[in-house]
Amino acid sequence: MHLFYGIGKYVMLMKRVFARPQKRVIFRHQLFTEIQNLGIDSLGIVVFISLFMGAVVAIQTAYNIDSPLIPLSMVGFTARQSVILEFSPTVISLILAGKVGSSIASQIGTMRVTEQIDALEIMGVNSANHLIFPKVVASILINPVLIVVSMWMGILGGWLAGVFTGLVSTHDYVTGIRLDFQAYTIFYAIAKTIVFAFIISTVSGFFGYETEGGALEVGQASTKAVVYSSILIILFNLVLTQLLLT
Amino acid sequence: MIEAKNLNKYFGDNHVLIDVSHRFEKGKTNLVIGQSGSGKTVFMKLLVGLLEVDSGEVLYDGKDFTKMNFEHRKAIRQEIGMLFQGSALFDSLNVEQNVMFPLNMFTQRTLEDKLERVNFVLKRVNLENVNPLMPSELSGGMRKRVAIARAIAMNPQYLFCDEPNSGLDPQTSGVIDILIQEITLEYQITTIVNTHDMNSVLSIGDNVAFIYKGRLWWKGNKNEILQTNNKELNDFVFGTELTSRLKK
Repeated sequence: MHLFYGIGKYVMLMKRVFARPQKRVIFRHQLFTEIQNLGIDSLGIVVFISLFMGAVVAIQTAYNIDSPLIPLSMVGFTARQSVILEFSPTVISLILAGKVGSSIASQIGTMRVTEQIDALEIMGVNSANHLIFPKVVASILINPVLIVVSMWMGILGGWLAGVFTGLVSTHDYVTGIRLDFQAYTIFYAIAKTIVFAFIISTVSGFFGYETEGGALEVGQASTKAVVYSSILIILFNLVLTQLLLT
Repeated sequence: MIEAKNLNKYFGDNHVLIDVSHRFEKGKTNLVIGQSGSGKTVFMKLLVGLLEVDSGEVLYDGKDFTKMNFEHRKAIRQEIGMLFQGSALFDSLNVEQNVMFPLNMFTQRTLEDKLERVNFVLKRVNLENVNPLMPSELSGGMRKRVAIARAIAMNPQYLFCDEPNSGLDPQTSGVIDILIQEITLEYQITTIVNTHDMNSVLSIGDNVAFIYKGRLWWKGNKNEILQTNNKELNDFVFGTELTSRLKK
């Protein structure tokens, strides 16, 4: 019952979020600010994690190739497939759920408990639309860019690890990453990323917006935002994989 | 003028506001007083529509606010200024951007016009050269004054102040009280102040309503409050050593 009540409140909030912005100039300014805050500022951690993620995938694959019948180009192939299909869209989205989701929930939650949202409402501003909509649009626009960067970095990390450990040559690795490439996998990864970006921004916005109380409750809202976003990402990952890859 | 008619509000089984009716006069500082938990903040939130009434009417110059849809309420709300207990300045905006926010949102004025208005209202609340400061760089009294400046930036017809003196020293409280009263008279607006500060009651209380256990218990003005025999009101107003001496 509690679950249905929560879903109902989420849907009601989304009805207010997805309205036409009251002032386009202000919306555009907020959108660019959010692209900076939610996207560009996350670039460092995305690059760092992706490089190491690709490196680990390449090393593990190389160590697990026992048979001389399996060519070493499989290291590049496996790194590419793992990074594009799963690691970049899903793992990076989970990382962003932690970083961006908690930031959204705590920012909006703090505005709620310090009456800043009430101040917006009193002025006649649709506060849900004003605060959450730019974050949703910014996430949907910038997260695919981050994921594409992550893919590049993951594959680069795999190559660096392979070459510097001497497990695989550049020639074999490049042959592997070019082997049987299907552009559809990029579409699949981007489609997943867009859905995950929507989940992260709306779920975190919801928990922040519904915060009641003080600093303790803001912290709890932030934690809930990360937990529920992560759970939904995992669930939708399965659903989307089933829908798009089978 | 704002009129509340038979307002009732429940939170679950808890009947927090019971049949409250009161008229708030234009051009006067209307005070709502009461102990913490008496229902005065709920009363104010019902008046501005931050909470929905369970029964009763809130009339803004005769128009029932409780039955309006979002668009009609928006029109009324653009005539409302509100000063919150914690000032509620937007943390991410500086003083100038905070005061300019409603002007940006609801007017088509040029930047020069908006800046002129911002500087005018900031000067009106005795603040100058603070435009680039962030809210975190301001004292409590300055925050309240910036919040008042933001509240009056759009020339409101109605001004609501929720505990405007909370967290301020007596001297700064007095400055804020006088400012609220001057603005009320100057612009002939309907001002409603929620307070439990007796200095405010005795200095600016043109029209005072005492809420006790969710009911409107007493109404009068700052002079009548000193002579009333209402036990609950006397217990509340003259409950401290200082005010009991004043009564004697």
